Amino acid sequence: MKKMRRKVFMTAGYNTISMGTGRKEFHPKKARPGLEEYIKEAGQGTLKMIGGAQAVDEGVIGNFMAARFNHQGNLTALIPTIDEGLRWKSCTRVEGACASGGLALLNGIKSVLAQTAEVALVIGVEVQNTVKAVYGADILAGAGWYRGERKTGHAFFFPAKFSDRAGVYFEKFGRERTRRALARWYRNAIENARLCPSAQEYHNKSLDLEALAMSEPNPRSFVEHLNFYDCSKVSDGAAAIAIVSESGLKRIGCSTKEAVEVLGWAQVQADLTVPVTEAFRLETTERAVKQALKMAGITSADLGTVEGHDCFTIAGIMSLEAIGLCKPGEGPDFVLAGNTSRQGSTPFNTSGGLIGWGHPTGATGVHQAITIWEQLTGKAGDWKIDIASKRPYGLSVNMGGNDKTLVAIVYRQGQ
Amino acid sequence: MTYTERLRNVSVLGAGGKMGSGIVLLTALEMADLSQKAENRSQPFVLQAIDISHAALAGLMPYLQVQIQKVAEKNIVRLRQVYQEREDLIENSDIIAQYIADVLNIVRPTTALEAAYESTMIFEAIVENIAVKTKVLSQINTNNLNSPWFFSNTSAIPIHELDEKAGLGGRILGFHFYNPPAVQKLVELISAKTTQSELLDFAGSYAKNLRKTMVPANDFAGFIGNGHFMRDFLYAKGEIERLQAEVTFAEAVYMINKVSQDFLLRPMGIFQLCDYVGLDVCQLILRVMSPYFSGENLHSPLLDELIAQGVRGGQFPDGSQKDGFFKYEKNRPSAIYDPKQKGYLSLADLQSGCDDSLGPLPTVFQPWKAVIALADKDAFLKTYFGELQALNTLGAQMAKAYGLRSREIGLQLLSQGVAKKESDVNAVLTTGFYHAYGPINNYFSEVSK
Repeated sequence: MKKMRRKVFMTAGYNTISMGTGRKEFHPKKARPGLEEYIKEAGQGTLKMIGGAQAVDEGVIGNFMAARFNHQGNLTALIPTIDEGLRWKSCTRVEGACASGGLALLNGIKSVLAQTAEVALVIGVEVQNTVKAVYGADILAGAGWYRGERKTGHAFFFPAKFSDRAGVYFEKFGRERTRRALARWYRNAIENARLCPSAQEYHNKSLDLEALAMSEPNPRSFVEHLNFYDCSKVSDGAAAIAIVSESGLKRIGCSTKEAVEVLGWAQVQADLTVPVTEAFRLETTERAVKQALKMAGITSADLGTVEGHDCFTIAGIMSLEAIGLCKPGEGPDFVLAGNTSRQGSTPFNTSGGLIGWGHPTGATGVHQAITIWEQLTGKAGDWKIDIASKRPYGLSVNMGGNDKTLVAIVYRQGQ
Repeated sequence: MTYTERLRNVSVLGAGGKMGSGIVLLTALEMADLSQKAENRSQPFVLQAIDISHAALAGLMPYLQVQIQKVAEKNIVRLRQVYQEREDLIENSDIIAQYIADVLNIVRPTTALEAAYESTMIFEAIVENIAVKTKVLSQINTNNLNSPWFFSNTSAIPIHELDEKAGLGGRILGFHFYNPPAVQKLVELISAKTTQSELLDFAGSYAKNLRKTMVPANDFAGFIGNGHFMRDFLYAKGEIERLQAEVTFAEAVYMINKVSQDFLLRPMGIFQLCDYVGLDVCQLILRVMSPYFSGENLHSPLLDELIAQGVRGGQFPDGSQKDGFFKYEKNRPSAIYDPKQKGYLSLADLQSGCDDSLGPLPTVFQPWKAVIALADKDAFLKTYFGELQALNTLGAQMAKAYGLRSREIGLQLLSQGVAKKESDVNAVLTTGFYHAYGPINNYFSEVSK
């Protein structure tokens, strides 16, 4: 699609807490909320802002691996648990690994474009703390090619995939500078998360974050080129947002200013069974962002803020280059110069991103859209940044697997 | 016989007990590692887990299952390599399940002592009674044609006596694990004069593979660990008697326990430690040690009295603490036993009064757990004990005297020839008892100047 045939907006975002290690409330051996509670909390949070379930035409839920983490399938049938008023309505569940949330957004967008819905309730959810990390790694490895890659893969499959990428990147562009940039990325993420009460790292009190993040990786117990601080944590959580047309906005009593308009989007699919050849770059991300920016009619220089998919710090750095904010190999300098910090030229992941806010996989894409909505409509709390009037655009990039399934969306405050 | 050959057929006696089950676990893991080497795959590895109690053996297997799983989860990166040729094992969970099965497959629980007759290596972790140990070891030695090696886990009985009385011809040494063996890093190594040197070489490799810190102790009853612990306890018991001129039994127990824990920065107070070890075990150790130190009174009528009243301490099979000097709620002391009233008195009723009498801790105080994690621990300890020295409260005075006595015991272990050097004494107390500092230090001697 070259341009939007109809205006599409997002509004009324609601995040649950991203729960897991680091949160004071979290105790691995104590009972915790499950899928049902998270879906309900997030869904009701959004419904409350849009006048209830009667305003909704359709529900979409994004989730990666509830079938294994929670032994639960048919998640679409949990949507009506949010509100009785959603029963008998059209609902869908989508899955694309860690891009499941982004795919859910796109399903909502497409429904509004197709005029099969004026108001779509979109939810993302994942509850992962049901198993220890060593078994969670098996489940998350499902985002890779099981038959072709799992047996030869590392115990910590995805950390190792991105550790391998980091190794190649170090080799090509230099380790020392990149290692420092990864540590800075971590620090920025935690400092942002400390401002956002729903973030998993909200309670983080560590003093010297960069020194901590410079810890040497230990391949005997983990992976070769990354340490624990380079990785997003195991998280439980949900996020919900309403995707609406102009008439939908009227129906829910929301002004355009209180919404963001979707100006461009792209969903780009790579082949799961084809190995990555240039591990130092995120080719699929590049393609998705390029398409979305083109559709919106802007360039990366116009972006006021970005929600990037930093499942690992190295993915954060590489995404800068994929988005076109800097040249290949210059991502580390871009970060070390402060450009991605909240006071920088292009603040990234202002509520903490995957490293700081958390990564409840199926919810992440939706959470990213909510953060952009909060920033562009002035609804962010203590984590609010200044958006330059000359660069009023936001971008979210949601990645599934090893740069395989990509969703990129460009936003601007409703006019 | 090579290291591997020696470990092909092993027996653990007392396998259902707390120490025995830990030894079974660690040894089975080591044997499993050996069995997975290409050159060893055709040979069976067998660990006879022998105990007189069916009930104890029934508890052993679930314990092993849980512990092996933890080990597998921790070592998953390496295990994926070990099982890389197994096409059917793909996920971490597949590999962990296979590893558990492989380790458990080595262990044969049995109540028949005859199972040890084919072993080349015998670990002994049975009751601390020289007559019983002698009888069992001698019986195995007589019936076993392999001239097996005996590793005793005794914490107190001199190894040369076991060697002589059971007629083992120097095929024995003391290999004293700390409780629980799976967790504690320390092993005390005790060789009798007659111990064959091959056993020591093997012990060195075995300890290294188990990632244990081995500290040698001379062959004197109690060795270093209990040599210090028992005398430390007897001093504390004497303090109860001294304090009872002013306060009740329960108050004295509380105050001395607090001084030995908080004021001295130890992981637990002395009476809580007795409960952890078991009052009955402490009594046994004292009984074993007593005849060897004729100039010292190593007997505690208080322990006898408490045990006679059924107060024994020790742990439940799940590791939770049984009541002893203290009653425990969620593994924390909640009440103190009073032998006169034959019942427990609530801690809450006497705590604040006792705390007032003891006076405050030094202002720089940090709990033991924080202290051992400090990067500049030595500097902290110097400041802390410097401040303690300047305090004149009852608590500070008791702590200073307690620390000095602990130092005296450490030096006594050296002068009696139990320990070979100061650093060995300190290593046992810091690694085996997790003290933040060794007993032979200058923190209290400076105080005395």
